[in-house]
Amino acid sequence: METSQAFQKKITEIEDINKATCTLRATNVGYDELAMVGNKLAQVVKIIGDKVTLQVFSGTEGIKTNTEVVFLGKSPTIKVGEDMAGRFFNALGEPIDGGPELQGETREIGGPSVNPVRRIQPHRLIPTGIAGIDLNNTLVAGQKIPFFADADQPYNQVMAMVALRAKVDKIILGGMGLTNDDFLYYKSVFQNEGALDRIISFVNTTQNPPVERLLIPDMALCAAEYFAVDKNESVLVLLTDMTLFADALSIVSNRMDQIPSKDSMPGSLYSDLARIYEKAVQFPDGGSITIVAVTTLSEGDITHAIPDNTGYITEGQLFLRKDTEIGKVVVDPFRSLSRLKQLVIGKQTREDHPQVMNSAIRLYADAANARTKMENGFDLSDYDERTLAFAKEYSNELLAIDVNIEIESMLNTGWRLFAKHFKQEEIGVKQELIDKYWKG
Amino acid sequence: MTKGTVQGIISNLVLVKADGPVAQNEICYLLHEDVRLMAEVIKIVGETTYVQVFDTTRGVKVGTVVEFSNSLLEVELGPGILSKNYDGLQNDLNKMEGIFLQKGVGSPPLEKDSKWLFKPLANVGDKVKAASWLGEVSENGLPHKIMVPFKFEGDFEILSLVKEGEYGLYDTIATLKDHKGLEHSITMTQKWPVKLSVTSYKNKPRPSKLMETGVRTVDCFSPMLVGGTGFVPGPFGSGKTVFQHALSKQADADVVIVAACGERANEVVEIFWEFPTLEDYRTGRKLMERTVIIANTSNMPVAAREASVYTAMTLGEYYRAMGLKVLLLADSTSRWAQALREMSNRLEDLPGPDAFPMDLSAIIANFYARAGIVELNNGKMGSITFIGTVSPAGGNLKEPVTESTKKATRCFYALAQKRADGKRYPAIDPIMSYSKYLEYPEFKEYMIGAGKPDWIDNAYKMKNYVQRGSEAADQINILGDDGVPVEYHLHYWRGELIDFVILQQDAFDKIDKMCPLDRQKYMVDLVLWICAKEMNFTHFEEVSDLFKKVINAMKQMNYSEYESPDFEKYAEEVSRLMTEKVESVENVA
Ligand SMILES: Nc1ncnc2c1ncn2[C@@H]1O[C@H](COP(=O)(O)OP(=O)(O)O)[C@@H](O)[C@H]1O
Ligand SMILES: [Mg+2]
Repeated sequence: METSQAFQKKITEIEDINKATCTLRATNVGYDELAMVGNKLAQVVKIIGDKVTLQVFSGTEGIKTNTEVVFLGKSPTIKVGEDMAGRFFNALGEPIDGGPELQGETREIGGPSVNPVRRIQPHRLIPTGIAGIDLNNTLVAGQKIPFFADADQPYNQVMAMVALRAKVDKIILGGMGLTNDDFLYYKSVFQNEGALDRIISFVNTTQNPPVERLLIPDMALCAAEYFAVDKNESVLVLLTDMTLFADALSIVSNRMDQIPSKDSMPGSLYSDLARIYEKAVQFPDGGSITIVAVTTLSEGDITHAIPDNTGYITEGQLFLRKDTEIGKVVVDPFRSLSRLKQLVIGKQTREDHPQVMNSAIRLYADAANARTKMENGFDLSDYDERTLAFAKEYSNELLAIDVNIEIESMLNTGWRLFAKHFKQEEIGVKQELIDKYWKG
Repeated sequence: MTKGTVQGIISNLVLVKADGPVAQNEICYLLHEDVRLMAEVIKIVGETTYVQVFDTTRGVKVGTVVEFSNSLLEVELGPGILSKNYDGLQNDLNKMEGIFLQKGVGSPPLEKDSKWLFKPLANVGDKVKAASWLGEVSENGLPHKIMVPFKFEGDFEILSLVKEGEYGLYDTIATLKDHKGLEHSITMTQKWPVKLSVTSYKNKPRPSKLMETGVRTVDCFSPMLVGGTGFVPGPFGSGKTVFQHALSKQADADVVIVAACGERANEVVEIFWEFPTLEDYRTGRKLMERTVIIANTSNMPVAAREASVYTAMTLGEYYRAMGLKVLLLADSTSRWAQALREMSNRLEDLPGPDAFPMDLSAIIANFYARAGIVELNNGKMGSITFIGTVSPAGGNLKEPVTESTKKATRCFYALAQKRADGKRYPAIDPIMSYSKYLEYPEFKEYMIGAGKPDWIDNAYKMKNYVQRGSEAADQINILGDDGVPVEYHLHYWRGELIDFVILQQDAFDKIDKMCPLDRQKYMVDLVLWICAKEMNFTHFEEVSDLFKKVINAMKQMNYSEYESPDFEKYAEEVSRLMTEKVESVENVA
């Protein structure tokens, strides 16, 4: 971190030290200001009179009561510029790829929000080839959407796949608590696809201090704003894993004796997450920021405060689940949702898209009921049998994440399955569409 | 003027030492660098005044000078509010420069140079008081009354009043004399502190008139009345916002105020983009012309989020005092409650359930109590119908915001995850949800007068069918299709018929989304006629076969223009299916 001498104030008496914060006496300190505690970066989180509390990003291990503290007179910044492309940084924005220092313009991270009247409605479909996404939960540029997945789901693989297939100008990876293996996986996938020059990575791995993670989303999004606003580019930001980000928030707030709310998360969790996700935007001049995140679940529990608050903020969620019947991971059509899909489906895609999507899901729900019936040992009706047969093919040919086809063929597959298993009046689709597309 | 200095900063809570008197909820400004950060006093303990800053406090230092304004958080009221996009503190978002919201930057809510054609409604010498109508201007075609300011206490006499003509917003249009003989000049604008309710009316009767929303599950099952209150709890993705947007587009109101409180910016953008192009089907005017948006989205300052609902309510009270029908929507009131929680945690107040403030219930009740239909002092009626959404943590309705709101409202529109999962939209649970207004005799009388005497009975009948249908479904699930009498399947399918034809409604279909009252009546009568038909079936599959066909035909009716050839064609198909069935029964007999 570059510091300007003029701002430096040295203090060598720390009064309280606990796991994530330390407190000392100092004056003329600004809220949110950065400081170096010895060689550790810290940020002002509380000022009462001349008592200043600092959150130490890498943890307070080894800090002594006489460690030198220097205030830097600014909040966290990063240098933005075209030279970021292809580079890897840590949570503090320092290069970790052995490359040169950045030369661009210095910007404060965590900057102000976009005036809502300066946004335009998201309207550009981002195709992924995955029918569980394109058909049922279509992505739109400017959207913010997380994968909800248990820790053993291949979410990083799916996310990398989505990123590489999406037609965007820049991909910015914000890795929080990424295992080293996953980090290397991302690196090699991007490299193999020859996409490295479009990609910028900010990475905090499991080997780095957890509190440092708190800076990752703001770093990534500050860079994203540079490309989307200054360069009118479409930017895709990948944030993985936001659950680990929220865990770091709770570490800090618990250390500061804040009253925890549900699941020992800070009461401000909603606002803290919203501040990040709301950076997703479509600008009138063509630039956009799309956020695809990962929120890992514990045993599929989406009522936990982290996924719950996330769901209230994001524009839908993509729920990954293993379908044991076909032995593949699918995008669950019940719990998944893209709230922006109606802006593009049936408009940029074929007119029958909304109805095919809804009917297939409704029939899939009927199959789930039939399965319950079967499990309870009841006889199945002819209709039940047909929904079950439909569900299996639907799952295999459309929901599975290994599907990679055009949206038009997804719709054609839908009609083919309808005609194979059902009568026209059983699918509840507008007659004019049936007349046109029924594959009887 | 009282001044102060900053003593401490914890996020947007700032501790100030003041050098003079300070009032609870007084507005003050932190003179930070070259901007003025607005803040509100929320607690005073001895020497220390606690203020919440409506902005980021990044860079603020101990010793920063604070200026107290000697006034509470106020909004400015006057012609030109309609079709504006405000933030939670009534800054006009369209007038703010740049892509990003800069801290400490505001913009005036009204157009200071605007001119309005003023028509007097009173005479020199008239005795008037707060909220009396002095004249009228046309705001987007709506009669906007220029009133004696709400703050004026006691009786006044009109000393002068301008003649009909064009006047500027801040021109004096009248002078009033109070009982002490002091003169006051009146412009077309006035100010009011948002946290206080406007009470310049004669009385507040019980609601009695239906507020048509075009959403069948509301109008037919759990009707909302003009001046009524309701709330919409539901887990994320269950359809709260889509439902509120439908109401904002379709409800029979003169003025619609949408408070986007701590939710997504893109949802507000949807309104910005759509409303200027969509028409109010009753008046043919653009929807935007009757709409005000208060946008304090989730990434905007948290303290201003709390203010935003009060700002919205105060604007509503202003238009209500003009004798207009106001619909106020807030999405989501849980975010407001969370803003209160964040602050009370920082203040280290004793926490109540789920760490919400102890007095949450009272705050919510007081807020909802500001809605309602009122008889103005001149005998005219004005109303605020208020519907808020609630976002319960984990979708669990046993949480403080839901429970407190339930006590404060009369209509309950519970969104069920299971219905949303099955794409049965709107996902309003027909059995859990209710409208207490169904029990109001004055509502029944109103419906008789409106030529729909069966409306309420039909609501109960349908609820009953749906209830029996769901009980039958449980039995069938436990005992199996064959394990129950065929009769049960008939119950089940009657419930499904009502669900698919009346309750479900596609908010994105250009025809289905809005169902006017007469059309609703037609469909309800048809559905109830089918449900009441005596029919014999020998096997349960016959029941589902018939009903699936009927449902399909009736869904096609919902998608067709009312009384169009297509509509009639499907209606005939329904009656053909039914006649065939009934005849076959008669033949057997
Ligand atoms: N009446 C409806 N018709 C069709 N789709 C709906 C309807 N209500 C909700 N939806 C679907 O559900 C999604 C989530 O709805 P939304 O109102 O945003 O949920 P919430 O505000 O409760 O989180 C919408 O994007 C839409 O796809
Ligand atoms: Mg919503």
